[in-house]
Amino acid sequence: MLIQLNGEPHALPGPVTIQELLDSLGIDARTVAVEVNRVVVGRATYSQTTIGVDDEVEIVAFVGGGAPGCAKL
Amino acid sequence: MSDPLIIADRTFTSRLVVGTGKYPSHAVMKAAHEASGTEMVTVAVRRVDLTKRAESLLAWIDTTTIALLPNTAACYTADEAIRTARLAREAGLSNWIKLEVIGDQRTLFPDNEALLEATRVLVSEGFVVLPYTNDDPVACRKLQDAGAAAVMPLGAPIGSGLGIQNPNNLLIIKEQARVPVIVDAGVGTASDAAIAMELGVDGVLMNTAIAGAGDPVAMATAMRHAVIAGRLAFRAGRIERRRYATASSPVEGLVTGRAGRS
Repeated sequence: MLIQLNGEPHALPGPVTIQELLDSLGIDARTVAVEVNRVVVGRATYSQTTIGVDDEVEIVAFVGGGAPGCAKL
Repeated sequence: MSDPLIIADRTFTSRLVVGTGKYPSHAVMKAAHEASGTEMVTVAVRRVDLTKRAESLLAWIDTTTIALLPNTAACYTADEAIRTARLAREAGLSNWIKLEVIGDQRTLFPDNEALLEATRVLVSEGFVVLPYTNDDPVACRKLQDAGAAAVMPLGAPIGSGLGIQNPNNLLIIKEQARVPVIVDAGVGTASDAAIAMELGVDGVLMNTAIAGAGDPVAMATAMRHAVIAGRLAFRAGRIERRRYATASSPVEGLVTGRAGRS
């Protein structure tokens, strides 16, 4: 199954939870925020929230800033 | 002399807010933050690079002494800014947001109409909104009335280093403000920060002036002193400007004077 992950197609074996997706990507859940289909998902519910086919997922983190010009969402 | 800066529910000793972008390295950034004495730094929200393991910026910020102020930099619509703010809240577990809605790519001037709209929405969602805006007293008043926790007029275009271009407008903004006024953007060197503070504004926010300096840590030290000096000078109350000289030494008792002359 395909999802859109940070703007790119991403293949998954089947529906997974956000926590499982983060684990598979080696991302520490405490350092990021996750949006599914433009709705922010609370960190406490990552293990209960399932990502399905064609879902648009954004994983973001804090980077150095104060000056604009970096890549956008 | 206790003179804290209070924004919403937080109290700061330092009146200098610093960015986290454009430093030569994370180590230099951390040293510059320490040298600046800042208690709040801005951070941006961006997609995680899934192709490589990047070191977390947060490893280089001592969040026990420095608060994070996420921004919505590079957002060009109210919707983008609101979306970014919601993500920032989840990523940082804080409802503070430095709201930027940019209206023009070359000047990076704000789109005040969209900024006001985004401020209203985010305030209604419980955010502590600190909007980056023009040095426009009317825009600042509207943002304040919309519930902004502070207003952050620019001194000059972001990253320009031109210094305070319109001190008179900043004076008017400060005069009518019921919330703190932070000069955000345009500072090039220490005297610019001191001039802003001497006008009576409550704080200064800068990134490029420190990060882009030849020696960012030394410039951070200079900025720390400049903000303190400017604040002290404002509180001390400067003398009036006069066109002609006013002698500082007594004119009586000069050895060359005529006796009995008064």
